[in-house]
Amino acid sequence: MTAGPLLHSTRLGRSLVVEAGGTWTAARAAELEKLVEAVAAEPADVDAVEIRVAGIARLDTYGAWLIERLRRAFGRGAVEAQVVGLDPRFDALIGSMHASNRHMPPARPRRNRILAFIEGTGKAVVGMGRDFVEMTAFLGEAAAAAARALRRPAQFRPIAIVHQIDRVGLGAVPIIVLITFLIGAIVAQQGVFHFRKFGAETYVVDMIGILVLRELAVLLVAIMLAGRSGSAYTAELGSMKMREETDAMRVMGLDPIEVLVLPRLIALVVAMPLLTFIGAMSALTGGGLVAWLYGGMSPEIFLDRLREAITMSTFQVGLIKAPFMALVIGLIACVEGFRVQGSAESLGRQTTASVVKAIFMVIVLDGLFAMFFAAVDM
Amino acid sequence: MRGSNETVIRVRGLEVGFGETLVLKGVDLDVWRGEILGFVGTSGGGKSVLMRTILGLLPKRSGLVEVCGIELGSCSRAQHRRLEQRWGVLFQNGALFSSLTVKQNIQVPIREYLKVSQQLMDEIAFAKLEMVGLSVDAADKFPSELSGGMVKRAALARALALDPDILFLDEPTSGLDPIRATEFDELITTLQRTLGLTVFMVTHDLDSLHDSCDRIAALADGRIIAEGPIETMLASEHPWLKAYFRGKRARAAGIA
Ligand SMILES: Nc1ncnc2c1ncn2[C@@H]1O[C@H](COP(=O)(O)OP(=O)(O)OP(=O)(O)O)[C@@H](O)[C@H]1O
Ligand SMILES: [Mg+2]
Repeated sequence: MTAGPLLHSTRLGRSLVVEAGGTWTAARAAELEKLVEAVAAEPADVDAVEIRVAGIARLDTYGAWLIERLRRAFGRGAVEAQVVGLDPRFDALIGSMHASNRHMPPARPRRNRILAFIEGTGKAVVGMGRDFVEMTAFLGEAAAAAARALRRPAQFRPIAIVHQIDRVGLGAVPIIVLITFLIGAIVAQQGVFHFRKFGAETYVVDMIGILVLRELAVLLVAIMLAGRSGSAYTAELGSMKMREETDAMRVMGLDPIEVLVLPRLIALVVAMPLLTFIGAMSALTGGGLVAWLYGGMSPEIFLDRLREAITMSTFQVGLIKAPFMALVIGLIACVEGFRVQGSAESLGRQTTASVVKAIFMVIVLDGLFAMFFAAVDM
Repeated sequence: MRGSNETVIRVRGLEVGFGETLVLKGVDLDVWRGEILGFVGTSGGGKSVLMRTILGLLPKRSGLVEVCGIELGSCSRAQHRRLEQRWGVLFQNGALFSSLTVKQNIQVPIREYLKVSQQLMDEIAFAKLEMVGLSVDAADKFPSELSGGMVKRAALARALALDPDILFLDEPTSGLDPIRATEFDELITTLQRTLGLTVFMVTHDLDSLHDSCDRIAALADGRIIAEGPIETMLASEHPWLKAYFRGKRARAAGIA
């Protein structure tokens, strides 16, 4: 390696001589940049500048560019800098750097923060409106595809539907059983603990029965499915869109809605009521077990009270909601999936949006159902 | 011949397979410092697999792979990192980071390894873009907004970001128009001459093989069947090589 300074400037009368030497490569770029800046910043009321590069042993694009930058820095001061002593090996490199960075892209104008905030809010509101329209349009398309398929049942793709039911339904059973069992048990424990204070322990059964069957089971299952299956739908459809697989389908005359969306929606709509039933039974089991072991209420009494506390309609209220919630989860997941753009980041963003929106809409829907059932006295 | 006799990449008895099938069945290959090695073989023959194995992305069943005298797999983390700074890789499908703009893509390795100012990073990124023949307007585009050939060139600019010693190129000229492809060949030759690059280039482009490659290695049936300058390939009597280098396309390219 050559000893001596990397960059060194001396004044000879009215001319400046800058001498460069050693290794001018990427590994030393940080050091070189500072040196170049320091030399370029020197006050120089000179008539001529000579950049002597004969001492440079190794040069790459970083070094070549920094020499070019130095030359341009002097050029701005209206003196033409000469590069002398260039090793012919490096000619092409210096030449290509000399030609580069001539046309900078226009700098993007800085935006006013407040205006940007207002604009962002406006965009979000418009986006919400568009969401709603898009969802409705999508539902219509899916319904049209379903109607078409009804006329030609072969297009229903039973294998795809069964496969999806297996994934979103059967595959979710263990986790659904587990969480509903635990929630049922926890609610029962809390009920026993607090109701005991005023001797109303037996009402724990009413509470569990009504709470689980009307609300808890279906909500837990919906949230679980939004997180488990909705996100998977969005990610699958999104990455297919990203890799132009959906375009490939379209040009083959396959309708992605029919092939990809319909089986998924049907699977969710079929699986969710079943999962809700399983979840409700599991939660009641958990509650009954805690009532027995912690509250000292025998299973016979629990079942007797349960029979008195709930009616068929309590049970129906929970199950009726399930397919509608499933439809909302599935629709949101698919719409978000088809919104994925080219980048991995947008896939992540859309998947998050899918889960968040689905859970939010499920709760809104639950509220609407509560009003509806109150109105029809169920 | 431009290559010296120092081997940069040494592969001995390399076997790589997936499940039951063995894709590479004992590959021996040397790449010398400062040369451009063209690597040919049937489509699906295992060229990309070999490249990925050399880079340490695929596990090998047996054999030896050394890059700059360092055996991948048994070297320390620090050695591996140093090696990663010294090579640049152009994957067959570009493999640009989809959530970063072209400029940010080029700056990823710079940011990771060099402590230089943002201004210098920008200038270097623009210089690299111009080197590969992309206009600076492409700098702020995302990969999904580029054409196939632009992706190739942006990926090459990223591979060149650190001015590596070794350049791995997987079919760099496929998807480029003939003018761009020729420019590309010239660019590689220029870089090789000025920076002393060693280039491992998988290619099907007969013009590239003819004009810029110092040596060619041919892979068939999981083995290297021939190695040497283009004259060796042309003289070979192996049926596949004959069809490859003396077929209709080769005649059209003016090689045979
Ligand atoms: N991850 C993988 N799993 C299983 N098999 C693979 C995998 N990657 C590659 N293969 C197989 O290895 C073989 C060689 O593939 P490779 O990508 O190396 O081909 P290639 O020579 O680069 O072809 P091309 O010129 O078309 O790019 C192919 O038969 C391929 O199916
Ligand atoms: Mg390949």
